[in-house]
Amino acid sequence: MPPPATGPELEHQATLPGKQARREDVKFAAGKIAVFQYACVIIFLFLITGFWALQIQNPQMYNEQAERNRIKSLPIPSPRGKILDRDGRVIVDNHSSYSLILTREILKTEHLRTIADGLNLDYDDLSARVRRYTSRPKYDPIVIKEELTPAELSFVESHRDFFPEMELIHAQRRLYPQNGFAAHVIGYTGEVSEQELDSPDFAKYSQGDVIGKFGIERQYNDTLMGVDGERQVVVDNRGKTREVLANKEAIPGKDLQLTLDLDLQAVAELAMEGKNGAVVAMDPRTGEVLAMVSRPTFDPNKFAVRIKSSDWREIADNPDHPLLNRAIQAQFAPGSTFKPIVAIAGLESGAIDDQYTVHCSGGASFYGHYHKCHIKTGHGAVSLHRGIVQSCDVYFYNVGDRTGIDKIAFYANQAGLGQKTGIDLPHEAEGVVPSSAWKIRNFREKWYAGETISVAIGQGAVTVTPVQLARAYSWLINGGLWHQPHLVKRGQVPEHSWPISADNVAKVIYGTYGVVNEGGTGVRAQLPGLNVCGKTGTAQLASDEFLKGKTGKEYKNNAWFVGFAPREAPEIVVVALFENGAEGPLAAPIARDVLKAYFDKKARLAAERVSSRPTGIGQLMRFGLPQPPAPPPAKPESPIVEAAYFSSAAER
Amino acid sequence: MTRYLRPRDLDWTLLIISLIICGVGVLQIYSATRGTVWQDAWWKQIIYIAAGILLMWLTLAIDYHTLMNHVFPMYGLSVLALICVLFIGRQAYGGRRWIAVAGGFHFQVSEFVKLVIILLVARFLTELRTEDLEGRDMAKIAGLVAVPMVLVMKQPDLGTALTYLPALAAGMFLAGMRRRYLIAISVVVLLVLPVGLSVLKDYQKARLVSFLDPDRDPHGSGYQVIQSKIAVGAGGMWGKGLTKGSQTQLRFLPVPHTDFIFSAFAEEHGFVGVIVVLALYFILIMQIVQNAQTASDRAGMYICMGVASLLLFHVLVNVGMVVGRMPTTGIPLPLMSAGGSNVLSNFMMLGLVNNVRLRRFVN
Repeated sequence: MPPPATGPELEHQATLPGKQARREDVKFAAGKIAVFQYACVIIFLFLITGFWALQIQNPQMYNEQAERNRIKSLPIPSPRGKILDRDGRVIVDNHSSYSLILTREILKTEHLRTIADGLNLDYDDLSARVRRYTSRPKYDPIVIKEELTPAELSFVESHRDFFPEMELIHAQRRLYPQNGFAAHVIGYTGEVSEQELDSPDFAKYSQGDVIGKFGIERQYNDTLMGVDGERQVVVDNRGKTREVLANKEAIPGKDLQLTLDLDLQAVAELAMEGKNGAVVAMDPRTGEVLAMVSRPTFDPNKFAVRIKSSDWREIADNPDHPLLNRAIQAQFAPGSTFKPIVAIAGLESGAIDDQYTVHCSGGASFYGHYHKCHIKTGHGAVSLHRGIVQSCDVYFYNVGDRTGIDKIAFYANQAGLGQKTGIDLPHEAEGVVPSSAWKIRNFREKWYAGETISVAIGQGAVTVTPVQLARAYSWLINGGLWHQPHLVKRGQVPEHSWPISADNVAKVIYGTYGVVNEGGTGVRAQLPGLNVCGKTGTAQLASDEFLKGKTGKEYKNNAWFVGFAPREAPEIVVVALFENGAEGPLAAPIARDVLKAYFDKKARLAAERVSSRPTGIGQLMRFGLPQPPAPPPAKPESPIVEAAYFSSAAER
Repeated sequence: MTRYLRPRDLDWTLLIISLIICGVGVLQIYSATRGTVWQDAWWKQIIYIAAGILLMWLTLAIDYHTLMNHVFPMYGLSVLALICVLFIGRQAYGGRRWIAVAGGFHFQVSEFVKLVIILLVARFLTELRTEDLEGRDMAKIAGLVAVPMVLVMKQPDLGTALTYLPALAAGMFLAGMRRRYLIAISVVVLLVLPVGLSVLKDYQKARLVSFLDPDRDPHGSGYQVIQSKIAVGAGGMWGKGLTKGSQTQLRFLPVPHTDFIFSAFAEEHGFVGVIVVLALYFILIMQIVQNAQTASDRAGMYICMGVASLLLFHVLVNVGMVVGRMPTTGIPLPLMSAGGSNVLSNFMMLGLVNNVRLRRFVN
């Protein structure tokens, strides 16, 4: 090793102070070196406090954040239960659907063209969409295509390795019938909204859940909705799964069987085509709803997850309110369909009997007001039977006047009018049955006897919904007993009973028989070989002239028809509401179609049964039409109801 | 002169502590790169350390006075090399820092320029005859340091460029700076700062902003700081254990074997491990300072203090960054971070310190 060479300058310096001096010379900085040492201590303490704050003061918080980084929960969506009709036929199903998302953290813009080509997307649209997202946080993925076709799926699968930004999301989508078939009964699903999440009813849901929003989907959401599964995985910073920690399978929602009969529903839908209004078909023996239609309708498929705003506007701005379920929400004056209830009230309270006769000359004066009958020339002498058959207003003015508003209201209430039916659908309307108490409660005014006159023919303040009317007629048919209308069979069906005289019931039913079969207002509901009973109703809208002047639109009367059959032991009640249908008789064919479909099906099923049991043919033929396959277990009928059947049969 | 090189006279405390830190570093590199494309970084690091020890030996063999005599040619070469880097350097990690040498290796010129700067400052200040530093002299030495700094910043590599300052600052402070200069410099720095900010690259500005408010852009430049803090905090008192830290192993922590190695270490070894390693660094620096105190002349003292201040700066900025108390500048942690050039230059600096130590009883 060579001796240390010293440069000339250093030599010079080294010789100047001498060896001793040079040693001392270093000491000049001693104080400053001490300053450096103190600075060193401070810096290290500064660093240590940094670790102290993170590792000792709140390691828990950072630990949780690290866990959140590491562990991802991937939801496994559970399919909703199917919705079936009474025969187990599928009304609402699910289908598998894949959506493609782009993970922007690893998105390469040069890949966009290939992706756009592979998925049949417009490249400019796609890149514009990606650009719009630049202001959002990187971890927000972009959904670029929903409902991938098989070809697109295979494109994604084959390109995944080179295009890791593409990710598929699998979901079970709701598949509703086309053309708004039974849309109001079924309802629709949608993503739970922010406002809903704030309310306690929705506390059990979390952001992004798809829940029932309307109709059966909403009412039975807990049954239909499954429990989403979850896969807990350890991921790395690229989101790649390193390890599966836990796997909780999804629990699919339960299927739901409705009381609806697809065949009847289809006929009812068809009958209402092009009209506004509603149809309700119900089994009076059980309260099972067999068909329910409301028009205009909407396409629930558009709501399946997230409705497009243009579609929403189209539905929300429609003046006919397609989202209104008219079968349970439309509150209209019942018109003449109210008359049988008034008749029962009169008979039961003893205000009239079937011999009570009124002379109709086309109108009559009550309390200083002249009320017209719907036939100018008048009906002449009218008793109970003719009063119902001809729907004579003058007769019922008198009945109403004699009975009094509170008796009418009492029986109407017993029939279930003025109260929600409690049908298993959301947003049911209540209707109104006016009475003197009602008037004082709502208007703080006394009831004027003159007001009873219009109530007696189903005008004035009285309003009903179609389903209420169906229930009220079941009450009448059953001799004072109704079962709560329902769409899903669930244990004990609530019922209400206020027994009325079977004799009186038979008289009124005889009247409704005449409406259809004796040249009354409902002849269009006649069906050969079947004793159809019914009652028409023509209800004026609250104030025709006022509405006309305000909206410039021609408002016609609402047409009602309530039919039931067979007269001897009614199995089905059909209520048809034809909005702006001008007059009651026009609603009759709608009800007739549904009744016909019901009895045709019954006959067809019976025939099938017979052909499968050849030995029984002769015997069965001898007894006329065979019995339908065992009807849904009906509750044992009360003796009074049976009596009503017997008496009506006897009268015939 | 052979007696200078007796191994017994080496600063063994310094060397052993350095090797312990290196060992911890190798372990941590191994843990942090398992199953990644860098998974052989740990044994490469061992080779670098071995090479570093060799270079250290060479550095301490040549008397530091001799080295200082040749500092101007070395300075000229350095500037030339830095200019070359700007044109023919290898591009990586958003900067042109590396120059290719034989055998497929690349080395970072700016790392080795640190040594030249230390020697240059020592030589310049030793030659001054006055008790206090004159303004003229200060301007001169600052200008000399500024040239390579600007070149490194051009690469652009702000972090490494800043590491040229501590040796200069420490030197000027020790040489005796008048209070008014101190004040004047502070004022100038304050005035220049806004201008400096405007010439910063966008990513540098983003880093500065994210240092001040890391949550503003959690997936942009603030991401590294946030993830580093999570890693450190999750380590807790005792750490998660070697190869058990999720932030490190699942790569949420960026570059866990280089700039953020201490974050990975803190996650896997906890507060206790941190205290131990920081204590080692503290002893290391104090040992170098002690060598400065016992140096036989001013030149030796300046060299040792230059090395000490440079290492202190590295530790402060790197570890401060790991806990979010310093901006993300991307300078490595001495002796621990994976990286050949840095290991080699660190060992050469230790060589300089030993060089001074071995010659403390000269003449």
